[in-house]
Amino acid sequence: MDAVSQLQRQFVEHATSLYREGYLDDQFTQLQKLQDESNPDFVVEVVTLFFEDSEKLLNNLATALQQESIDYKQVDAHVHQFKGSSSSIGAQRVKNVCVVFRNYCDEKNLDGCLVCLQQAKNEYLLVRNKLEALLNLEQQILQAGGSVPMIT
Amino acid sequence: MSIEYHEEDVPHVLAVDDNLIDRKLVEKLLKTSSCRVTTAENGLRALEYLGLKENQQQNHFNGKGTKVNMIITDYCMPGMTGYELLQKIKESSVLKDVPVVIMSSENIPNRINECLEKGAERFMLKPLKLSDVLKLRHQLIKCSTL
Repeated sequence: MDAVSQLQRQFVEHATSLYREGYLDDQFTQLQKLQDESNPDFVVEVVTLFFEDSEKLLNNLATALQQESIDYKQVDAHVHQFKGSSSSIGAQRVKNVCVVFRNYCDEKNLDGCLVCLQQAKNEYLLVRNKLEALLNLEQQILQAGGSVPMIT
Repeated sequence: MSIEYHEEDVPHVLAVDDNLIDRKLVEKLLKTSSCRVTTAENGLRALEYLGLKENQQQNHFNGKGTKVNMIITDYCMPGMTGYELLQKIKESSVLKDVPVVIMSSENIPNRINECLEKGAERFMLKPLKLSDVLKLRHQLIKCSTL
């Protein structure tokens, strides 16, 4: 098996496992469909934006939950944003934590919120690492002159 | 047979969303569906672009002098909601016939009805898919040939 085929197989295996384990959902496939010759870096661009945005949101959430008098509306606003962007790129597990997180905000349940913040952080870091690996493989395939397999 | 697009044939869409990732996504979805896109990050900016902000002179051609064929806006935005933006657009004699589409990540029947009753063309659930936007684009072609 030549280098390109090997890389392609690795890519397919990695991507398939991400979908199977629920890290990614169909929305990520939608993103890939939007990538074309006129915009070959679309997925990388969006995913990078997501990483930057998420890190900001996680910091804001940590700060908001450390206040003496917590503004749960503000916390909820941040979680709403996080839920939106994770949903839009297909980061399913992050989105699911956000759903639970919002319920705790509604209840003004600090312990619940803190647990969710930790979970959101963990899920975010996991999906970030996996996406970076996936996009890295994609880069290698393209550099080796191959085409990126589409996972349906 | 290839279709040649002239300036006037390409629908110009104003997309409003406070979420950066969603803005980028809706812009790409619309461009992939052969639309020209202008984005705004909130209701106020959208109104400014449309020439509807208070104290702005109302004219048929807004902002940069380019007509808008459709407005697609998120519902939940800080400051001015998508619903409030819809209201302002429908109150304008110049812009009331521009189709407005509302997007939301939340499927709340009251919210949907409220928007449709106010004159929204469509209510779309996020995250948007390419097929949703292509369908919308198809409708737009019909609009512009009226």
